[in-house]
Amino acid sequence: MASAFLELDGISKRFGPVSALENVSLHVAHGEVVGLLGENGAGKSTLMKILGGVHQPSSGSLSIDGKKTIFASPRQSMGAGIAFVHQELNSFGNLDVAANILIGREPRKGPGKFFVDRAESHRIVQPLLERLRADFSPSTLVGNLSIAQRQLLEIARALSLNARIVIMDEPTSSLTLSESKRLLEIVRELRRDGVSVIFITHRLNEIVEIADRVIVLRDGKLAGTLGPSEISAPAMIDLMIGRSLQNLYAPPSHATGEAGLEIRHLRTSAYPDAKVSLTVRKGEILGLAGLIGAGRSETARAIFGVDPILSGEILINGVSVQITSPRQAMTQGVALVPEDRKQSGLLLNETIIENIGLANWKSFSKHAMIKAHALRDYASVQIASFDIHASGPDARLNELSGGNQQKVVLAKWLPRKPRVLICDEPTRGVDVGARHDIYDKLRAASDGGAAVLLISSDMEEVLGVSDRIAVMHEGRISGILERHQFSEQNVLKLAVGRQGRKDDI
Amino acid sequence: MNAYKKDVGLLVLILVVGATVAAINPLFLSPINLANTANLIGLFGIFAIGQAIVIITGGIDLSVGSLIALLGVLFVDLLANLGLPWPLVLLLIPALGVVFGLVHGLLIVKLKIQPFIATLCGLLIYRGVARSYTADATAGFGFGQSFPAVEWLTVGRSMGVPHSFFALVVIGIVMWIVLHRSVFGRYLYAVGKNEEAARYSGVNTDAVVISAYAICGLLTAISAIFFAMYTRSISPSSHGNFYELYAIAAAVLGGFSLRGGEGSIIGVILGAVLLQVLQNLVNLLGIPSSLNFAVMGAVILAGVLIDSQLPRLRSAFALTAKAKG
Repeated sequence: MASAFLELDGISKRFGPVSALENVSLHVAHGEVVGLLGENGAGKSTLMKILGGVHQPSSGSLSIDGKKTIFASPRQSMGAGIAFVHQELNSFGNLDVAANILIGREPRKGPGKFFVDRAESHRIVQPLLERLRADFSPSTLVGNLSIAQRQLLEIARALSLNARIVIMDEPTSSLTLSESKRLLEIVRELRRDGVSVIFITHRLNEIVEIADRVIVLRDGKLAGTLGPSEISAPAMIDLMIGRSLQNLYAPPSHATGEAGLEIRHLRTSAYPDAKVSLTVRKGEILGLAGLIGAGRSETARAIFGVDPILSGEILINGVSVQITSPRQAMTQGVALVPEDRKQSGLLLNETIIENIGLANWKSFSKHAMIKAHALRDYASVQIASFDIHASGPDARLNELSGGNQQKVVLAKWLPRKPRVLICDEPTRGVDVGARHDIYDKLRAASDGGAAVLLISSDMEEVLGVSDRIAVMHEGRISGILERHQFSEQNVLKLAVGRQGRKDDI
Repeated sequence: MNAYKKDVGLLVLILVVGATVAAINPLFLSPINLANTANLIGLFGIFAIGQAIVIITGGIDLSVGSLIALLGVLFVDLLANLGLPWPLVLLLIPALGVVFGLVHGLLIVKLKIQPFIATLCGLLIYRGVARSYTADATAGFGFGQSFPAVEWLTVGRSMGVPHSFFALVVIGIVMWIVLHRSVFGRYLYAVGKNEEAARYSGVNTDAVVISAYAICGLLTAISAIFFAMYTRSISPSSHGNFYELYAIAAAVLGGFSLRGGEGSIIGVILGAVLLQVLQNLVNLLGIPSSLNFAVMGAVILAGVLIDSQLPRLRSAFALTAKAKG
């Protein structure tokens, strides 16, 4: 075995009476990629904050290269060669790439070292970008970078700190399939260079592909470790949830064939030159795959009346409808579970009652006055029906895990029995157990006759949940796959537009 | 729950300040002083509620003071100089207030101008218009002119209680129902908390925001009438100066967040009460009136500091207590 670079021995962390970590021991060798798994609340972030010097362990010890150390501050952790690539990117959009990478450590020149030495900055940054084969330059404004490029920027920053261990917290959650693959490639290159990586993700196939070893946390304890030959999705799920999950994906059913949602030649401001035509049948889940920026979310927002429709037609159950606002969409029976639940889906510092009420006050009011008791009862019923883990209907959303937050969004919409349900990345940042519940609910909605459009960048999910898959590329539908045509290959081909181009030739 | 606690805290503070002033100067509790203070609470409280509604949506209305001057000048002119029948004037001025509010709302919602800027322009424009309308002269009622009905309604008293205070109570109850019991009230909070999520939930957020400014304009106009009748003469360069800041201060003291989505009607009314009690304190305790603003500023700062730091201190205390125990 390669020498252990980082070693944690019996780490425990208590917050008041709550024990977040109990007696966790693990080690990471030089150039080893360790997958760290666990449901939300299992203690991953606490463990990472201890490594990052944000929290100090209540007991246990931490050693680097065999020497015991204490990280009293993030600065000390950084000094020991630990770098983070965060899920939420912390970059300054108004500065260029070089400035972002070297922020706080700018090379200086001039009298009193007053000025930033831009030439020297570029000399430092350029090789890092080359090493990552980044397609942007040190002087690119960060605001103009895509999420994937910003991810690279974070990794470049980690490398510039001479990081010997890079901790990536759900780095692919906002990336498309091909971007994720590129990122995994970079992880492999880091490993080749002797850099260790701790890779945190909910996407099990990535772990299978990349990790040398898997460490699973559950309820603040080490649930188990899987060696190279033992890594498999079922084994990881077993460890994560402590039981076998029979079938993560609800079985697909057969669509009735009647069109529930039909869009004809729809143009949106994102791709004014491209027209989208698509049919979702009643009782089917249509997966909508594609690269980020392919126009999927824009199409969804246009159907829901958030973004203006430039031209085209929307038919619901065969009837042409005019939708210019979410209100109108709702009266037509359209529901949207938006891509960014924190920004568009929820009032985070409000209660479950308020959040469910927001879209449903019409049913819980009389003469414009609210019927608080009726709504409270209704919210309690939904909490039970959606298995939302919360202290009660008065729990605030920011106290809930991502999965439970998403269930609240679903609880807002599904009991309204929408005729068209659009879900935009409904399981992003959601743990395995809650995912299962969400898939069940989507399937139940479609079995109830709804036309369900599932936008997802998670390949496993698209292939597992959908009855049919439509793929978008640069604002157009580049192809539709029936169940017997389902494969990662086929989806990817369409997503990069290889088949769509045929009619251009 | 939390807002309720804040209201109780504010009430306790008002009682403590009141008791202290009363102990030092018994005049505080004299019927005349109480009635005067109640009148001022009514005058300031009415437009503070309007401001509070706007603040809940995450906005702000800086034009309140200037609008009180402009509408006051117009009110006197319509009634005393043009001789319009008083019931008509009592309808026209509030209607004008609503129009000004609608304009603010439309500028903010449809043309995407930040509330601070849109209403700052209002502050400057209305003040300028008011001054030029009277050629910078004081607008007032002519000698011997009297409007008994309007006077009874605005500066009259029943059972020793000024009618402005009654007006505040009535408006307070109505707005309490609107804000805390109606669907529109929930929408106001939702828009203030997260406008995008509200829109995605089918709320007509544009209409909600515009309505908030219209309500603010309406209540400002109502208090403009009360002020005009109370002062009886309006010098347009100073009438209503800084009143928007009184309203914002009352709301902040009452537990409102300028980020929107937080606050209660009881809170802003108690905030208005506290401000007037403080004014009274300055007068009765013989503090030089030049220190008036300084005293208010210090009390607001102290209140906000206590409010923001108390939970932290409490949890730190709880932690050390636990560590020791």
